[in-house]
Amino acid sequence: MPDTLAQRLQPCLACHGAQGRSTREGYLPRIAGKPAVYLYQQLLNFRDGRRNNTPMVGFLLHQRDAYLWEMAGYFATLDLPPAAAPTSAPAPAALLARGEVLVRQGDPSRQLPACMACHGNRLAGTQPAVPGLLGLPQDYLTAQLGAWLTGSRRSVAPDCMAEISRRLAPGDASAVAAWLAAQPVPAHGLADSPSAEPPPPLPCGRAPDVP
Amino acid sequence: MTARRGWASAGRAALAVLVVLVVLVISAGLAAAVLWRNLQGETALQPDPPAAATSTASRAEQVRRGAYLARAGHCAGCHTARGGAAYAGGRAIATPFGTVYASNLTPDPGTGLGHWTADNFWRALHHGRSRDGRLLYPAFPYPNFSLVNRADADALLAYLRSLPPVLQANRPHALRWPFSTQAALAVWRALWFRPGGFVADSSRSADWNRGAYLVNGLGHCSACHAARNLLGASAALGDPGAGDGWPLQGWRAPSLADPAEAGLAAWPLDDGVRLLQTGINPHAVVQGPMAEVVAGSTQHLLPADLRAMVAYLQSLPAPKAAATAAATSPATATAAAPAAGTAMARGSQLYTRHCAACHGDQGQGAPGIYPSLAGNRKVTMANPRNLIQAISNGGFAPATDANPRPYGMPAFDLPQDDMAALASWLRASWGHQAAPVSALDVLLHR
Repeated sequence: MPDTLAQRLQPCLACHGAQGRSTREGYLPRIAGKPAVYLYQQLLNFRDGRRNNTPMVGFLLHQRDAYLWEMAGYFATLDLPPAAAPTSAPAPAALLARGEVLVRQGDPSRQLPACMACHGNRLAGTQPAVPGLLGLPQDYLTAQLGAWLTGSRRSVAPDCMAEISRRLAPGDASAVAAWLAAQPVPAHGLADSPSAEPPPPLPCGRAPDVP
Repeated sequence: MTARRGWASAGRAALAVLVVLVVLVISAGLAAAVLWRNLQGETALQPDPPAAATSTASRAEQVRRGAYLARAGHCAGCHTARGGAAYAGGRAIATPFGTVYASNLTPDPGTGLGHWTADNFWRALHHGRSRDGRLLYPAFPYPNFSLVNRADADALLAYLRSLPPVLQANRPHALRWPFSTQAALAVWRALWFRPGGFVADSSRSADWNRGAYLVNGLGHCSACHAARNLLGASAALGDPGAGDGWPLQGWRAPSLADPAEAGLAAWPLDDGVRLLQTGINPHAVVQGPMAEVVAGSTQHLLPADLRAMVAYLQSLPAPKAAATAAATSPATATAAAPAAGTAMARGSQLYTRHCAACHGDQGQGAPGIYPSLAGNRKVTMANPRNLIQAISNGGFAPATDANPRPYGMPAFDLPQDDMAALASWLRASWGHQAAPVSALDVLLHR
């Protein structure tokens, strides 16, 4: 049996697609190429009760920090071509337009920052801990924004995305998800290097990294 | 007429009064018996001796020993919520009578054990009564912990007192009436709980006795691995029906005495030790709630204690009914006929597609990585619940020092018919002769 992470991590590949790339049709998010610290934080969140997807919790419940860090590093380094564009019917134009405004500019009247302020102008994420937003299924995106609002998806405090979900107007979550899910995915999927300017609009908490 | 009617009604009234009196006397007698049973063997609580009575070095040694015993009892398993502060309680324990919430064991004075004396703690462990006198629910397995000796109980408390105090109020249990009442609990205890103490068997070795003390006391293996009656009272390990307690998180705790289930007698002693220490041995990998036990408890125990525990478990007599158990299992009850040829062909096809790459084309597995399926009792035991759970959930073995980066198995969300075909094929391959699994079994056990 090959002593490789690909072999050890067969349970991950079975659902998130070969080499961690899922399709855009279902629910499961693409994990290949997401920043290592982001992935590691999510693995901790599942294990430690801040996220509650039953299969993920079952897989991770009795695993140690060092192994989770290794898993995160494995998927972070995969730079794979994007999944095929969605084939579902396009969302209504008005919804897409509202989504695009929120992603690019946010909503100053609600103190809602633009998605791009943290996730980067390419929406490919920012190293080391902000994930890319393209190539994800619409249902997954909508569900995450709802889960932050209800508290069923949490992070170590301060929970910036929970705060942002509270600032969204009704219907905004669907608009953002619809627009993001309709965008083409750049061929190069890895996150951008961190930029010094401007500083992120909200502080985001996280557990310490494993060296 | 009037007078006679008057006498008759007076007679009826007298009879009624008599009946009420008799009922009252019997009730009072029963209540007294229940009360007596509940307080049986208790002695008056004494305040703690002054701390100066013991040296700092011996107190440190006591705390160290208590930490080890807390591992042996897997106290943190229930008394820590997922991701919560260690020993601060809050984990929900599901029972058929409702949900019990584990309590805060940290030394916080308001919400934890801060004000508990050693006698209070001893009474909880040995008699199942809280500091305020309330009867405790046996989800806290004091029928087992009653065997723990006083020195070990004191060491456990010394360790718990050494933890950082966590302010976290206990969550009230959510039990259905009448199980929610102290009276019901008192009756339950009068029927099934006797405070005991460990009595060594002088005809056995010191090792065997150490194993029995750990397995039946702090280890509380019988809490899952023994049969329970309708009202939840546990039988002893090795009594008939073991393994048919309540399903836990979907899994069934197999009998530790039955050679067809998880009996350890047929394995070399070292293989049993290895399973408890590393989570995997040449015959099996722990999954479900047992993965939690290995991760949180047994992997931390001294090899000598593990050897003693396995030696004791190996000595459990195989249940007499073991040979006939297959005849009454749910699998045979719902699927008496052998699986049809087309289903077997389908099962073989599914095995080749999904399983053979890791478990081998002869079910031989890969040593230390993937368990062999040929001869694997999780595959062949009469009740197919754990086989169906294993295929449905997949999973990683628990991380242990010997296996810190386990290889994992994907979850296979197969349609019911496919799951039944695959499970039936596994149960009839490589010399296995276990009853086939029906789609209804899959529905019941998934």
